[in-house]
Amino acid sequence: MSHLNEFEVFLLLSALKVAVVLVVLLLAVAYTVLLERKLLGHMQNRWGPNRVGPYGLLQPLVDGAKLFLKEDMMPLAVERPLFVLAPIIALGCSLISIAVVPFGAVTRVQGVDLFQIANINIGLLVVLGVTSIGVYGITLSGWSSNNKYSLLGSLRSTAQVISYELALGLSLVGVVLRAQSLNLRVIVDSQAAHGMLSWNIFGGFQFVAFFIYLMAAFAETNRAPFDLPEAENELVAGYHTEYSSMKFAMFFMAEYANMITVSCVATLLFLGGATSVFGHSFDGLLNTPVWNAIFPVCWFVAKVLAFLALYIWVRGTLPRFRYDQLMSFGWKFLLPLAMANIVATSFILAVRG
Amino acid sequence: MQLALFIVFGALALGGALNLLLQRHPIHSALSLVVVMMSLAVLYWSLGAEFLAAAQVIVYSGAIMVLFVFVIMLLNAGKEEHTQGSRAAYTVGFPGAAAIFCLLSFVFLSERDAMKASDIGGDLSSAVDNIAQLSAMLFTRQLLPFEVTSVLILVAILGAVVLARREQ
Repeated sequence: MSHLNEFEVFLLLSALKVAVVLVVLLLAVAYTVLLERKLLGHMQNRWGPNRVGPYGLLQPLVDGAKLFLKEDMMPLAVERPLFVLAPIIALGCSLISIAVVPFGAVTRVQGVDLFQIANINIGLLVVLGVTSIGVYGITLSGWSSNNKYSLLGSLRSTAQVISYELALGLSLVGVVLRAQSLNLRVIVDSQAAHGMLSWNIFGGFQFVAFFIYLMAAFAETNRAPFDLPEAENELVAGYHTEYSSMKFAMFFMAEYANMITVSCVATLLFLGGATSVFGHSFDGLLNTPVWNAIFPVCWFVAKVLAFLALYIWVRGTLPRFRYDQLMSFGWKFLLPLAMANIVATSFILAVRG
Repeated sequence: MQLALFIVFGALALGGALNLLLQRHPIHSALSLVVVMMSLAVLYWSLGAEFLAAAQVIVYSGAIMVLFVFVIMLLNAGKEEHTQGSRAAYTVGFPGAAAIFCLLSFVFLSERDAMKASDIGGDLSSAVDNIAQLSAMLFTRQLLPFEVTSVLILVAILGAVVLARREQ
């Protein structure tokens, strides 16, 4: 690459990174669906999908092909531009946040960090901002469908997301206080010293914040037990009742991409990101550049998978909240708890110096 | 880069603002306002005010405008009729807009030499963390205005609660 100047190398490598990360993310979305169906199946004492390929491993590809080939119906009474725009907003916002996630150790090739698309010093705020924009997808889809169930679903979703966004944002303040930065790399590095013992959830004493984040994130991604916007036994399918074919698939992918983003953020903020569980205990083993690049990515993927499994486990066990319970839980329990956590954390940090 | 961002998102902000005025449907107008706010956030960021940009997106486009859209959807507001416009808009609005435009151009043109020296967008390339500086400023030298603003917002919240509870 000697005939390219520095900027061209940066541009090419960045485009390559974006393409690879996008493909991996979309594959991960497809296989998270399969993971969920398999795990739920086993929790409910049945097999889950097992007909297509070994152990049903090709099921996501067949599902994708099916959705792609279905007829794309456009109901007559919809608000056409917004009806088409809504799934694009939902999917776009769910895919953008992965750009700031560092999913490996700093590994520079030609001066470009391989395992993070953009290292910006307000990474955490970017994730929160993109999440808060994502609600437009659901809101507009419900309104533009011109269907009472869709509208109810989107109204529920809007109120729910606005309410839980506060608790979500406030739960992260304790972590930011400890790391003294909004840069996701710095936040990960602040937990890297002693492996599991220095993770924010254990050594950082942010387990209350982790609990609040967990609840608020489930509500933000409209997953059980907070899946009131869809609530299939009350609202048909909620906001995406009128959608078919690829437009429905985009909402479906957005939901799972959001799950993955939330898992990534939880991993970065509370579970030490791409650092090893054992800290520096085994640094001497396999100490070559290639292994040093591969192991952190494996740790990151393992932690994200564990968090996704928790998501699915919760869906398999907890019943749905009632709407007023949802609101009072968010406003009267999670929000004061998050504020108390901030006060306690900053007090302890101030006392210790 | 800086100039390209400015041209693209400045044009987007202007287009969104015009669309906000010209659209007949309240939802379309509200969405145009979202576009304006997002473009403003990009402009802030390109000037090196990253925290302001993030706050703009999270607070304005992510919370306040969502509430706007929520209320419009709840009220199920229909399309509006175009009217001739009130007389106040013509007698006060146009001269007022022209006066603000003239004032701003005058300030910018007279301070042209001072602004040429400042490196606008220079923070974009280097990783300067201005959140720490911003918070130090807010909590030391600007503490009184900051706290007064907080109390003002608290009073507004209390007022909203009082208004909401009166019917019961």
